[in-house]
Amino acid sequence: MLPDHLKEHSAAVAVDAFDADAVKAGKFQHGELTLEIAPGKIASVCGFLKYDQKFIRISTVTAVDRHPAEPRFEIVYHLHCIERNQRLRLKCRLAGAEPAIDSVTGVWRGANWYEREVFDLFGVRFLNHPDLRRILMPDDWEGHPLRKDYPITGQRV
Amino acid sequence: MSESGVPELVGAGVEEERSQSGGRRMVLNMGPQHPSTHGVLRLVLELDGETIVSCQPEIGYLHTGIEKEFEVKNYQQAVTLTDRVDYLAPLSMNLGYCLAVEKLLQLEIPPQAQWMRVMLTELTRLNSHLVWLGTHALDIGAMTVFLYCFREREEILKIFEQFSGQRMMTSYFRIGGLALEPPRGWHERVKTFIDAFPSRIDEYENLLTNNRIWIGRTKGVGVISLEDMLDLGVTGPMLRAAGLKMDARKDAPYSSYEKFDFEVPTRTENDVYARYLLRLEEMRQSLRIIRQAMDGMPPGPWKADAPHVVLPDREKMKTQMEALIFHFKIVTEGFRVPEGEVFQVIESPRGELGYYVVSDGTTMPYRVHMRTPSFGNLQAVPKMVEGVLIADVIASIGSMDFVLGDTDR
Repeated sequence: MLPDHLKEHSAAVAVDAFDADAVKAGKFQHGELTLEIAPGKIASVCGFLKYDQKFIRISTVTAVDRHPAEPRFEIVYHLHCIERNQRLRLKCRLAGAEPAIDSVTGVWRGANWYEREVFDLFGVRFLNHPDLRRILMPDDWEGHPLRKDYPITGQRV
Repeated sequence: MSESGVPELVGAGVEEERSQSGGRRMVLNMGPQHPSTHGVLRLVLELDGETIVSCQPEIGYLHTGIEKEFEVKNYQQAVTLTDRVDYLAPLSMNLGYCLAVEKLLQLEIPPQAQWMRVMLTELTRLNSHLVWLGTHALDIGAMTVFLYCFREREEILKIFEQFSGQRMMTSYFRIGGLALEPPRGWHERVKTFIDAFPSRIDEYENLLTNNRIWIGRTKGVGVISLEDMLDLGVTGPMLRAAGLKMDARKDAPYSSYEKFDFEVPTRTENDVYARYLLRLEEMRQSLRIIRQAMDGMPPGPWKADAPHVVLPDREKMKTQMEALIFHFKIVTEGFRVPEGEVFQVIESPRGELGYYVVSDGTTMPYRVHMRTPSFGNLQAVPKMVEGVLIADVIASIGSMDFVLGDTDR
């Protein structure tokens, strides 16, 4: 359900009209629009935003670890519509145990490396990703460095 | 082949096997230590004769965990980390981060600091483009250009040194303004440089633009469609050389860019040669901006009037108790940034640079993600080189102007 204060933002209204169950919350802060999307709907919402709303670029995909709070992970997508010079942030919250979400590589091929990076550094799995393996850390690395419970210094024993 | 799909090449640079068509397929490891990859990029190339069948970039050799490091530095300290990401455009990196945090703090930056920032980031663009031009030409075999470019770059680094005390890791922009007062005599130094520079660009053009070898190596090489580039996350001069006028300085002006008169050059040929001409034109436009900033530099303070964020003047600190208290608090624990998140985009010499900064209301960033242009651009390498000759790989990847520090963070 779309919060009332977002009714003046066309992208938010469009997503709500496309799938009323998809939008769980949203905010407009510092001139930036954020929509919180139900994790199961992310691929279809992104497809709609790209082909119907002309968000032809994905700028980046990243994550925030809210450990020890639950749901622990926020997967954050930054989209860009060049035609309307507009940016949009999507956010999905995932529980801490075996986090997984649908990949959006089917919508934008450029999401490939960004999702690999989130997988590598946060340990979030992307379903239907064509090539999900570590990208920055060595292949045999243990653990996911950007998680909040991963130590910043120390020796591996 | 290993489980990960990357050929295992321990102890050997080359591996041959029979392809299904009966010809010999060769897997060639280009990098991570190859003179023309400018850093530790590894390209696993599968060759059929001299033709690239497939290309797989491997990155991460320069990953230093900078995004993790952000989380244990206070906001002001973290500025020094940003230089080290894209070490050829340190001031652009400083600027993006400072703007993001200032947006969270809702801090008003005085005009002089804003204009100074514009002037110095444009000098950074020249610096970066000069390194690009010099090394790109060197890769293709034109050594003279390299020496000429580094001659001018040295002048820019001296200007940076005069401002900040550092040639490369400047950290000159701080949250709330500049790190130090602009030095005495900067005006003459910058003026001498920009008066001489247009003729230097002509010199590079003399060496390359009509050079038959240069044209032969670059025209029609490295073409990739605009649709593919947008889909794969390419930004910056690559897009502009394909005819798309996308530049954050115009689309979402920051730090007073809207007050400057300049053009965003575009070309339509979309090959290595067009990217070369485009960057030369960008250098000329940067000069216009620098000249305007220098001539119209507004007077006034160079740091914001925000005692809880900006360190007080030395003089005040010694005479006023409040100033001393603020100084103590800022130095020992930093300043608190209101809870929230921002995504600040600026136009770095390489393309779209975005800082996603999340604050939880404490003195240290909760999370900083850098959307760096090189990372996005490199994704397009396979699309660009598959099916071309191996010699064109060098020219193609050179025209992307990536920095591995920027890619691996």
